[in-house]
Amino acid sequence: MAAPRLRDAGEAALVAEFGDTVDPAISDRVLALDDALRAAAPEGLRETVPTYRSLMIHYDPLVLDREALAGRVRDLAARPAAGRPGAARWTLPCCYDPVLAEDIGAVAQATGLAPAQVAALHAGAEYRVYMYGFAPGFAYLGGLPEALAVSRRATPRPPHPPNALLIGGGLAAVGTFPMPTGWYVVGRTPERLYAPGRDAPFPVAVGDTLRFAAVDAATFADLDRRAAAGEAVATREAA
Amino acid sequence: MSAASLSILSAGPGATIQDGGRHGYLRYGITAAGPMDPLAHATANRALDNEAGATAIEISLGGIELTAEGGPVGVALAGGDMRLSLDGAPLPPAVAVTLEPGAALRVRAGRSGAWTYLAVAGRLDVAPMLGSTATHTRSGFGGLEGRALRPGDRLRVADPRPGPAEPHALLAPWLDRPPERIRVVLGPQDDFFAEDQVAAFLSGPWTVTPRGDRMACFLDGTPLRHARGYNIVSDGIAMGAIQVPGEGRPIVLMADRQSTGGYPKIATVIGPDLGRLAQAQAGTRIGFRAVTLAQAVAARRAEAEALRPAVAREPLRRTEFTAEFLLGRNLIGGVVDAGA
Repeated sequence: MAAPRLRDAGEAALVAEFGDTVDPAISDRVLALDDALRAAAPEGLRETVPTYRSLMIHYDPLVLDREALAGRVRDLAARPAAGRPGAARWTLPCCYDPVLAEDIGAVAQATGLAPAQVAALHAGAEYRVYMYGFAPGFAYLGGLPEALAVSRRATPRPPHPPNALLIGGGLAAVGTFPMPTGWYVVGRTPERLYAPGRDAPFPVAVGDTLRFAAVDAATFADLDRRAAAGEAVATREAA
Repeated sequence: MSAASLSILSAGPGATIQDGGRHGYLRYGITAAGPMDPLAHATANRALDNEAGATAIEISLGGIELTAEGGPVGVALAGGDMRLSLDGAPLPPAVAVTLEPGAALRVRAGRSGAWTYLAVAGRLDVAPMLGSTATHTRSGFGGLEGRALRPGDRLRVADPRPGPAEPHALLAPWLDRPPERIRVVLGPQDDFFAEDQVAAFLSGPWTVTPRGDRMACFLDGTPLRHARGYNIVSDGIAMGAIQVPGEGRPIVLMADRQSTGGYPKIATVIGPDLGRLAQAQAGTRIGFRAVTLAQAVAARRAEAEALRPAVAREPLRRTEFTAEFLLGRNLIGGVVDAGA
């Protein structure tokens, strides 16, 4: 296996790059290194940030020597990836009713599909959580069907509703906190990817897979109330 | 006796609660926040023998006015060259003082510097969120309801310790940091720029624009050209990362930055110089100097060693006062004489 390219992001962060594209095989290697590094964290490791193609490793250079860290990273990255025993498969309820899926009509228009077909395609796919970024609980997902690969908007739309299913630029995302966005809102889930009141405030980990199960607006409203009260409304199985 | 607290009488738009930052959640897209000038924040805390990352108030150019209620509160301030006064009497910009109930401490913008920090002798009683009190206003996290401080806010001081019996100037020469030469480590994407463009970046000069905030510092100057395009597949962003978007003017990502981003990052400001940059007011001309990783680590070690002991201080009357401070004292002396 090709060794990752190591780049310094200042004296307290090291970036291990496995490629420069969005690719499940690259993501596998990023996540394998992330798992291995965290399973036996060297003293001075502060936190790691997996992205599509790289792992950013924040460390305290007064405790952990850069060359020692780099050596450890090279060793771990040379091991064959042993699958991801910790990864989970989630099914999140999702409502595609145009009242909640504010932009599903615009996506239908852009793709030449009927809104119901957009919903069926989106709900029929399995997604991998590649990374979080942009905003708290904003999850970038790979696995969007080709037929839904619309460009991002030329100018951002006003803030999306909370817990929105977004698509744009060939990718899908879950937007937890309302933010102006260049993506399209094609559905809403009642589940929270950031649930501060629960034992596990971030239920979904990078590397987990997601599916969406369509529910009607009345069911969404009921589940949304229950989720707001602290209940987990997604189902989880070990992958 | 009711517990002592700090009461906010007036506050500019940028006064927030900050501890050392909300670490460990970048992988979920949670911004660390924390102080813009970590060195000054740590200095204010270490002046009162607090931990370097203890909860303090970050004060912007918008200033603040506050008082103690329910009992005296020992405070220390450190940061930019701001104008401080206690009931109208000027104080030096780095100072430890005890606020008696009703005494008004005022912080206003000064000649240089953009941020100052107020730490308390004791603990500012703010409920942590994900293990930190740091305020990130964009996501409404931390501090008081995730927002900036405003008049009427009351901050209880838990486990109070006595402050100094008389005002003391802090002896923290490391806070005198001219912005002409901010040290950077090149990368992680300096290979997106031809050598002459890396040289142009380092020779500058760059001017700090008024557009900056806690998220980023925007620089103006001759735009840089990319050799290999300016879109990269998003990767992580360290504090101090200098990204160069398509139009070529560098943006330094600071405390409230997003956790990931998709522009090439030509260099990264070293940790010990983050405050040097943060304190540069709009219009300030700055420059960068590339250092090796070893030099950056040595600077970080020197900083940690300076802050290991409590910050030295001396009573104001023995301090070499600035001209401004002496002027203030003379004016007050005059008033007292006139009434005698």
